[in-house]
Amino acid sequence: MSLVLTIAWTHVRHRARQTLVAIAGVMTGVAFSVMMAAMMEGSQDDFIRTLVDALPHISITDELRQPSRQPADQFYSAAEFHGLTPNVRRPGIKNPMATIASLQGWISGALTASVQSKAVLRFAGRNLTVSIIGIDPRTEGQVSTLASHMRQGSLNSLYRSSHAILLGDRLAAKIGARVNSNMTLASAQGMSMNATVVGTFHSGFRATDETTGYVLLRTAQILERQTGIINEIRVRTNDPMQARLISERIGEQTGYKAISWQEAQEDLLSAITLRNVLMYTIVGAILLVASFGTYNIISTITHEKTRDIAILKSLGFRDRTIRAIFILEALFIGLTGAAFGFVLGYLLTRGLASLEFKTPFSDYNHLPVLYSLKHYLLAGAVALISSAVAGYFPARAAARLHPVDIIRGAT
Amino acid sequence: MTKVLPGEVPVTLVADIDLAIHAREFIAITGPSGSGKSSLLYLLGLLDLPSQGDVLIDGRSTTAMSEDERAEVRLSRLGFVFQFHFLLPEFSITENVALPMRALGRLSPRAITQRAEDLLASLGLADHLRKTPDKLSGGQRQRVAVARALANDPPVILADEPTGSLDTAATAQVFGILRDLVTTRGKTVVAVTHDLELAAQMQRRVHIIDGRLAQDELAH
Repeated sequence: MSLVLTIAWTHVRHRARQTLVAIAGVMTGVAFSVMMAAMMEGSQDDFIRTLVDALPHISITDELRQPSRQPADQFYSAAEFHGLTPNVRRPGIKNPMATIASLQGWISGALTASVQSKAVLRFAGRNLTVSIIGIDPRTEGQVSTLASHMRQGSLNSLYRSSHAILLGDRLAAKIGARVNSNMTLASAQGMSMNATVVGTFHSGFRATDETTGYVLLRTAQILERQTGIINEIRVRTNDPMQARLISERIGEQTGYKAISWQEAQEDLLSAITLRNVLMYTIVGAILLVASFGTYNIISTITHEKTRDIAILKSLGFRDRTIRAIFILEALFIGLTGAAFGFVLGYLLTRGLASLEFKTPFSDYNHLPVLYSLKHYLLAGAVALISSAVAGYFPARAAARLHPVDIIRGAT
Repeated sequence: MTKVLPGEVPVTLVADIDLAIHAREFIAITGPSGSGKSSLLYLLGLLDLPSQGDVLIDGRSTTAMSEDERAEVRLSRLGFVFQFHFLLPEFSITENVALPMRALGRLSPRAITQRAEDLLASLGLADHLRKTPDKLSGGQRQRVAVARALANDPPVILADEPTGSLDTAATAQVFGILRDLVTTRGKTVVAVTHDLELAAQMQRRVHIIDGRLAQDELAH
């Protein structure tokens, strides 16, 4: 063992209690940082997963990115016309089945066609505007998580009759409807029909659960008074992160508006970036506080050891040797603290992940956590660097000590 | 050579001292307390820098040296014995004696331990090699300090009140060892002492009063 190492080790060994306290400080700092990061990123991941699951990864609608130009504008581009009756565009995606077949050729994922419609729902004397979505139960399950959110009945219950409807649980509760309740739907196209509740679902999104009803494609087409109309194609990509790219290609190919989930949730995703900045600030602060403990112990040791430092210097030890001794002690504390911190942090994360609780806003039973080597490396690096810095200043002061001042004081 | 402590009221510790120390001399620096005899020793030992003048070792100026070079000279050319033993409390006495050798790094670890044990044995401490300083008596500790001063075989040993905290018997023993260093090992020993009886037994006596050289007397 080198001389510097021998002396450093002897110092920390003889200050076992204080050294342990400093190590515990770094350990707690590292552990809580790791746990915090696991929790924050875990909940963020979970949040994104919920977002990804709740919405189709890509939704292709019969809208256009830009309103279509009126014929008069197309022919006389220099002139401007006012008061023209707008050209009526037939709603719906043209040749929906051919479009789906073509997209299925290159998109890795599942597609389903649906009809978005608005209707007024009448039940027990109440009128509510609801979104009626016509779906194909066979392909819907591959694209959305609706099937797993069913509270009563199932997607296939829709096949029971052409009047079958699945209601959001909050909507059902609001109007007091139950399974087998009969109600009336009136569409904007002036179509009125009876509907029978065959099931309820709970997606977790209030807006959806309060205003949405699912029916068969054909039923929605009747409400829209247009046989064969499809006004939305939803896509579930195998890799959700590719959705933005794929949506752009779909837009180019079909000319229709294709919106990826990232685009639909842009503001939420930017809030997450902000949250990350916040997280790293807090994690950094925790580690900084821990480094004060290291500073404390190293500066205590150097104060207690001023006499020894004077002796070593009078014997002919160089300044940098003295400095190395104390920096080494700080690094030892940092390294040991980080190592124990990793273990404690992992256990804390495990403990946190196994906790079961329920918040009034969600149905999570477990706190979502994310295990990432990155968190450990980051916390370890910050702990080590802050320990080295915390050790450097007392070490420098110790090395600058004038041996005569101490020897004279002692005699 | 002059040393002035700067401050609101500058204190002159040592003034206009001109001293030549030769090989194999046994010198006592005497004087009343506060006369500057310890300050003189620290200047000679390169622990302190003179405000004016120079300390020449083997004809080389030491004030022109860097701090690291002076440390190197202290390590290899000078040995210190202080009034208090100044041993490192956590280390065994063998390890304490080994420290300067390890810092110099000229010998292998095995040879260092061997030499440390030999030095301690030659000073009558063969039975205590593994003990820490707090397990030893004052006289024994001071002998360990002498062994440490001898570790790198320096030509000059500087001692600051080496018997100042010892009883009569231990004083006689440590003094005997210091004298043997001159007579049998051929060292130069410079010892600060206020004990005139001891000084009387030494070969050369330098008397300091108020920081000035009052008397430089050679015994016959």
